[in-house]
Amino acid sequence: MYRGQSGQWSWLLHRITGLAILLFLLVHIVDITLLGFGPTIYNDAIAIFSTGIIRLVSTALIAALLYHSFNGIRIILIDFWPSGYKYQQQMFYIVLAASIIGFIPMAFYILAPIFGVCPAGACNTPAM
Amino acid sequence: MATVTAAPRGATQTGSDLRTVQVRIKRFQPDTNDQPYWQEFTVQVEGKDRLLDALNKIKWQQDGTLTFRRSCAHGVCGSDAMRVNGRNRLACKLLMQDLGARITVEPMLGFPIIRDLVVDMDPFFAKYEKVKPYLINDEPAPHTERLQSPEQRARFDETTKCILCGACTGSCPSVWANSEWVGPASIVNAHRFIFDSRDRGAADRLNILSDRTGVWRCRTIFNCSEACPRGIHVTEAIEEVKRAIMYGSEE
Repeated sequence: MYRGQSGQWSWLLHRITGLAILLFLLVHIVDITLLGFGPTIYNDAIAIFSTGIIRLVSTALIAALLYHSFNGIRIILIDFWPSGYKYQQQMFYIVLAASIIGFIPMAFYILAPIFGVCPAGACNTPAM
Repeated sequence: MATVTAAPRGATQTGSDLRTVQVRIKRFQPDTNDQPYWQEFTVQVEGKDRLLDALNKIKWQQDGTLTFRRSCAHGVCGSDAMRVNGRNRLACKLLMQDLGARITVEPMLGFPIIRDLVVDMDPFFAKYEKVKPYLINDEPAPHTERLQSPEQRARFDETTKCILCGACTGSCPSVWANSEWVGPASIVNAHRFIFDSRDRGAADRLNILSDRTGVWRCRTIFNCSEACPRGIHVTEAIEEVKRAIMYGSEE
């Protein structure tokens, strides 16, 4: 095991979240394809997204998406802004902070129905 | 109150600085054991001793079979790069007082291991040769030298510092994953000539570095910059080469 610094962990996390998002994309293609089989099948299938476990998985997806997007911007800045490499570590902490700040309200909206709380009609909408 | 007694003539000033450290070394002796194994040594050192001194003490006083490379022992030849407490370092540039009482020493990752801490550097130098790390200029030589302004010289100053120890290449996850990849050290040495105003081989080198095993496998992980014992901003150099390829010019 190599004891790398933030750069190594940011890259590893970027990889893992990227693969997780790709996995969701495959699931998403399947659920959208069900539209072709009529409204009943689609609605029944999509109801799975309202169950507690899938709501938990959905919050993980939100976390992955937020981190991957913000870190993507960090990588673009390292690549195109000549001074970007100097601030890569600070930018990594900004990425983490931005991801957490974005995550809290979204996680609340998705998870609240599990606890019987319905902010802005969240209970009637599937998590995704 | 502590009483001060005059030290006898010739006594070393640092005599009281002796400390006992445990050095855990990942060993590989292919002629007797086909598996790598860990061995622990206890050694007395002074705080201002370097890790290389501790390794020498082990080799000279405890186990002569311990094998490692060293040559100049002063951070210039780049022979003794190894993984110390999980990070690539030159053993001759580490003071024992900065390392703690328990030290883990392993060979670098990403290189075939020949014996103990000695890794096979041949593929490393083959990749180094690949980027043509020498001045290319077929224009007739001027009457005196090929002149260069201080600004033109400063453009590639950073990458002239490389000593080819391999610490950056051995710290790079892209190298561990793909041994074909040219690696950070080669790109640093390509950078040194690409941005040299006297050189005419930049287009050739950029072409070599733009293929599948070239610069694009760098994922900006920054392990290399942290590992470099010469303090070269390796990732910056790689990014500059990437931009030179993308924008089609060295400026």
